Amino acid sequence: MKGDRQGGGRADYLRPIDQKAGRIDMAHGAGGRAMAQLIHEVFAAELGNEFLDQGDDGARLPPLAGRLVISTDSHVVSPLFFPGGDIGSLSVHGTVNDVAMMGARPLYLAAGFILEEGFEISVLRRIVASMARAAREAGVPVVTGDTKVVEAGKGDGIFITTTGVGAVIEGADCSGRNARPGDAVLLSGTIGDHGMAILSRRENLSFETDIVSDSAALHGMVASLLALVPSVRALRDATRGGLASTLNEIATQSGVGIHVEEAAIAVQDAVAAACEFLGLDPLHVANEGKLVAIVPAAQAERALEALRAHPLGRRAARIGTVVEDSHRFVQMTTRMGGRRIVDWLTGEQLPRIC
Amino acid sequence: MKYIDEFRDGDLARTVAQAIGRAVRPGRDYRFMEFCGGHTHAISRYGLADLLPEAVRMIHGPGCPVCVLPIGRIDQAIAIARDHGAILCTYADTLRVPASNGLSLLKAKARGADVRMVYSTLDVLAIARAHPGREVVFLAIGFETTTPPTAVAVRQAAAEGLANFTILCNHVLTPAAMHAILAAPAGVALDGFVGPAHVSTVIGSAPYEPFPRDYGKPVVIAGFEPIDVLRAIHLLVQQVNEGRSVVENEFTRAVTREGNARAQAMVDEVFTLRPSFDWRGLGAVPASALMLRPAFARFDAERRFAVPYAPVADHKACECAAILRGEKRPRECRIFGTVCSPETPVGSCMVSSEGACAAHYTYGRFREAA
Repeated sequence: MKGDRQGGGRADYLRPIDQKAGRIDMAHGAGGRAMAQLIHEVFAAELGNEFLDQGDDGARLPPLAGRLVISTDSHVVSPLFFPGGDIGSLSVHGTVNDVAMMGARPLYLAAGFILEEGFEISVLRRIVASMARAAREAGVPVVTGDTKVVEAGKGDGIFITTTGVGAVIEGADCSGRNARPGDAVLLSGTIGDHGMAILSRRENLSFETDIVSDSAALHGMVASLLALVPSVRALRDATRGGLASTLNEIATQSGVGIHVEEAAIAVQDAVAAACEFLGLDPLHVANEGKLVAIVPAAQAERALEALRAHPLGRRAARIGTVVEDSHRFVQMTTRMGGRRIVDWLTGEQLPRIC
Repeated sequence: MKYIDEFRDGDLARTVAQAIGRAVRPGRDYRFMEFCGGHTHAISRYGLADLLPEAVRMIHGPGCPVCVLPIGRIDQAIAIARDHGAILCTYADTLRVPASNGLSLLKAKARGADVRMVYSTLDVLAIARAHPGREVVFLAIGFETTTPPTAVAVRQAAAEGLANFTILCNHVLTPAAMHAILAAPAGVALDGFVGPAHVSTVIGSAPYEPFPRDYGKPVVIAGFEPIDVLRAIHLLVQQVNEGRSVVENEFTRAVTREGNARAQAMVDEVFTLRPSFDWRGLGAVPASALMLRPAFARFDAERRFAVPYAPVADHKACECAAILRGEKRPRECRIFGTVCSPETPVGSCMVSSEGACAAHYTYGRFREAA
């Protein structure tokens, strides 16, 4: 984000941008003065930090120690604002978490914005402010960025892509390929909160509920987990496709099976009820603040202790075990005592959730 | 969740399952058809097969609305959306049903047709009001459970004079399908039915009385919760053991003998019997489906658009037809789980989570792998 090209720090704008009634027009993406002003008065005003303020085409960062991790995530959620967050905070949490799941400490973010002509600048400002707050709270600054504008009808208000850079925490070796038969499968809390919070605010489907998205940055919890249990094999945040898809990803990558207990998987009453009347399985509903950890069985209790000691992991529980299985099935013992497969989500369950 | 958790209680399930285990007579088999896809889904999702004795075999019935919809009906819907530029609205499962030429409504949508998923018929009316210059068509599918909401929408459209709203009616009737199964010349060996849950809340239990009387097959109406299903199976086993054959109602918390008179009256006001309707699996079944009464004929998409129904043969290797008749199990189809999967369904039974093949693939395929 080239905030201030000119020597004094700001271009020669005659009037400030109209942040109350103004709307994005094609000039805001054309590379001219209007774009520079938007960047300066909206993006840099909220997100500013020593790297972004360099105003160059990219950010020059201090030397990093250890192995680097890079991860990218695009955010297209609808509605843009939902109980517990918005597309701005989500775009920070999503990428911070993806970096953290690699056993890494997230350090910097880059952000790309695709804005639709006609988008209200006041709404953009709210989103960018929320993004800045989330980045500040996470301690992960947005150090570079880009803005493009597409014609009305060719976007859906705003899309945000964030890329995160981080450094692997010393001693950590987390990968979905590392699960071994006998390992314990841990889950950091209740499932389905984010997806149902989004769905409860859909235009064509809104229903009265107090469900709040669990959108949160998980890197603090990951750091305390790895400090206590460096031998964590795999971490993954259970986002799109829900817990079911996350477990299947790990089983597939590691060439193992996973057995879980339905009774151990926590679902809030309101989420369970909403899933019930919409015919959804909470196992397939997205989360934005929950992680699955695969740890050696002997470390399961220690790992649970570490997770539960963190505010975001109070309801952490062991939900199952990694087993040998050439079919790589994820199976669940139901509350009834019967067994069934927990399959990947088929098709789309909830469009545009993150 | 109150009123739900009680019916998903693991201890109670084991108690009922043990009672079934004690009730089955050594040396005899019990073959029950659960008519509804909702029951098929519950049996698979809760792993109830693990709780039942070997002697009890559940046969999946045709009570899955998208499964019994013939390909030709989806072709009509696609033609309406694609060739006539209408907004085609329907329930989610219907979108993925394979149609002719490798299409489905979802694929037609990707190719530019305006196809929209709705949760309620009232959403369709809202879309019609919002787009007065366009034709808005509801692909109405389902058994007696989904018919009253369609009737409500048609009545409302008539009251408002919504001229751009029509329905492509595929509402079908449960008792007619049960007759077709029992009257089939080849016949399916059945000892009784687990009767529909939600359908019965509308039509009541009386319409099932001919099945014990005329065919000697007991019917136990059951809710969709796992305890409901197990209790119904227990009651069926007892009837078989005692040589009785009656309609019993396990789902008394929602179903009466007479059913929902207001819903029935509303359906009767709007719809009348079709002389015959093509079912996937069952073929043409007389008086088994509904169409709009002449007074509401202006809301009939088949009249408004020139999209005649043309029967289409199923894929050669697909066994959906035999599976829907209860003659075959999903794993007896040679493309099950290989060519045909929930991501790439060949037959309709692999589409809906209530379909026998999808339920078995999604929840139960580990049983063959073991």
